[in-house]
Amino acid sequence: MEYFLELFLSGLTRGSIYALIALGYTMVYGIIQLINFAHGEIYMIGAFTALIAASVLTIMGWPTIAIFIVATIAAVVYSSAYGFTIEKIAYKPLRNAPRLSPLISAIGMSLFLQNYVLLAQTSDFLPFPQLIPDFEFMEPISHIFSTAELAIVLTTVIVMLLLTYFIKFTNMGKAMRATAQDKKMALLIGINVDMVISVTFIIGSALAALGGVLIANHIGQLNFYIGFIAGIKAFTAAVLGGIGSIPGAVLGALILGWTESFATGYISSDYEDVFAFALLVLILIFRPAGLLGRSETKKV
Amino acid sequence: MEGLVSSMEHILDVKDLTMDFGGLRAVDSVDLYVDKKEIVALIGPNGAGKTTFFNCITGIYNPSKGDIKAITHSGAAARLNGLKPNRVTERGLARTFQNIRLFQNMTVLENVMIGKHCRMKAKVLGALLRDRRTRAEELKAANESYEILEKIGLAKFSDEIASNLPYGAQRKLEIARAMATEPSLLLLDEPAAGMNPQETRELTDLIRQIRDNEDISILLIEHDMKLVMNLSERIYVMDHGQKIAEGTPVDIRNNPEVIKAYLGEDIDA
Ligand SMILES: Nc1ncnc2c1ncn2[C@@H]1O[C@H](COP(=O)(O)OP(=O)(O)OP(=O)(O)O)[C@@H](O)[C@H]1O
Ligand SMILES: [Mg+2]
Repeated sequence: MEYFLELFLSGLTRGSIYALIALGYTMVYGIIQLINFAHGEIYMIGAFTALIAASVLTIMGWPTIAIFIVATIAAVVYSSAYGFTIEKIAYKPLRNAPRLSPLISAIGMSLFLQNYVLLAQTSDFLPFPQLIPDFEFMEPISHIFSTAELAIVLTTVIVMLLLTYFIKFTNMGKAMRATAQDKKMALLIGINVDMVISVTFIIGSALAALGGVLIANHIGQLNFYIGFIAGIKAFTAAVLGGIGSIPGAVLGALILGWTESFATGYISSDYEDVFAFALLVLILIFRPAGLLGRSETKKV
Repeated sequence: MEGLVSSMEHILDVKDLTMDFGGLRAVDSVDLYVDKKEIVALIGPNGAGKTTFFNCITGIYNPSKGDIKAITHSGAAARLNGLKPNRVTERGLARTFQNIRLFQNMTVLENVMIGKHCRMKAKVLGALLRDRRTRAEELKAANESYEILEKIGLAKFSDEIASNLPYGAQRKLEIARAMATEPSLLLLDEPAAGMNPQETRELTDLIRQIRDNEDISILLIEHDMKLVMNLSERIYVMDHGQKIAEGTPVDIRNNPEVIKAYLGEDIDA
């Protein structure tokens, strides 16, 4: 039973990280129908930014919790700026081009960012300091659920609630929904669609950066390639839940997290990725629009 | 003499507007103006180019030729050619569509609030950080949107999903949403299409009421001649992309060119 609980909690943790990243994929897709392949790299850049900020602040002798807060803010701000800029230079000029063009541009961006970080940093794994201290009250269960994992799950829950509030109730959230539903009409009623798209990229990037910091803190190391794997998994989660759907992305991420966790725990850890992608193939065969996705109806 | 009148007395002043689609000239050198607080109708048989004319003015198409000037939201004169649709809306032109285009999954109130978006000052940062000013601005937008619904008579539906409204109410909601953008000119493309006589009478009253109470000028495309004759001060008639007549309802009713154009349509139909 305890083993089950451990797998359940580790699946929850994984799922939460996937969810933080998958939201960026699904929101961008919902608004401009583009798979932003560079999104995983934003997550990686977030983790690197936090590492650099943390290293500097450690040298300056700051207390750990302050380092954590400042490094996280730095990561979020820096990654958001990246997301914003990538959209402006790689996607916006291609907005009226055939659908394949921005997709290729996205893949190009992804490769560019990976190699840029590879050159600027190193291909080796770098150690990431533990920035979230272990809480005492977590001590009795720390062998199955660590403070770092708790932080991941809690952050994800809070972020989901904030995001739901933002999209449902704020004016910008309404503009985002309107743009996702009918971009041309949104433009006609006076919505600055360019700004809505920018905000979407900024929010998506901020969430990915948050995921990057939390996972680096949890795993304790990072390199330029972590964004690729995490990106593909989160993309899988978004498709699983129905790309374009926000609750779908969260649901898909949790299912994927638990599938991986239980399958590796009870069957074999050699095939971790096989389970994830087998799940994706099954969903695509039996429910091509994803679990909560709307099937592609007429879009006039 | 008309050329001597300073063009800036017109809230909308269109000169020589032409729109080509490949070989087809959908709008052919049309001149048209609307004065402050005027209700003007644009009529003509199917395919005459009326909707295309609206599309050119509202930035959906960039006209092949011609000049579009308007007194903007701020009271200054501006040229609208080549502006994006959202910029045109910002400058004080709002429109509705021949085929209803609401945000179907959003509530009635939300649809109207979307119209307020272009009048909100909060930019990206404000929207994300949600400072006090942004929140106050949003609250104001919500209240004003509700007031518009009250005026239009849709307040009782405010929390309904737009697609659940009866047809006539959906048409009115389009008008409410357009009004939320605080236009100085409202462009209505066949607002009475598909309405029954009762709904059409209500709509006629509503349009007149908007003009009288809101300081909004109206340019409308409509096939319902009773509504057109009842409501408009001046009428333009288009056929095959060209303006074939303009004048008061009485002039138009007795114009042989107009009668011919409409008869032609009947024979085709
Ligand atoms: N995007 C376009 N590309 C090519 N041709 C177009 C386009 N839009 C309109 N047309 C053509 O321009 C002509 C005028 O069409 P328009 O829709 O403006 O007519 P209308 O006066 O609004 O007619 P109705 O009363 O039926 O709405 C038609 O022949 C139409 O087929
Ligand atoms: Mg038309």
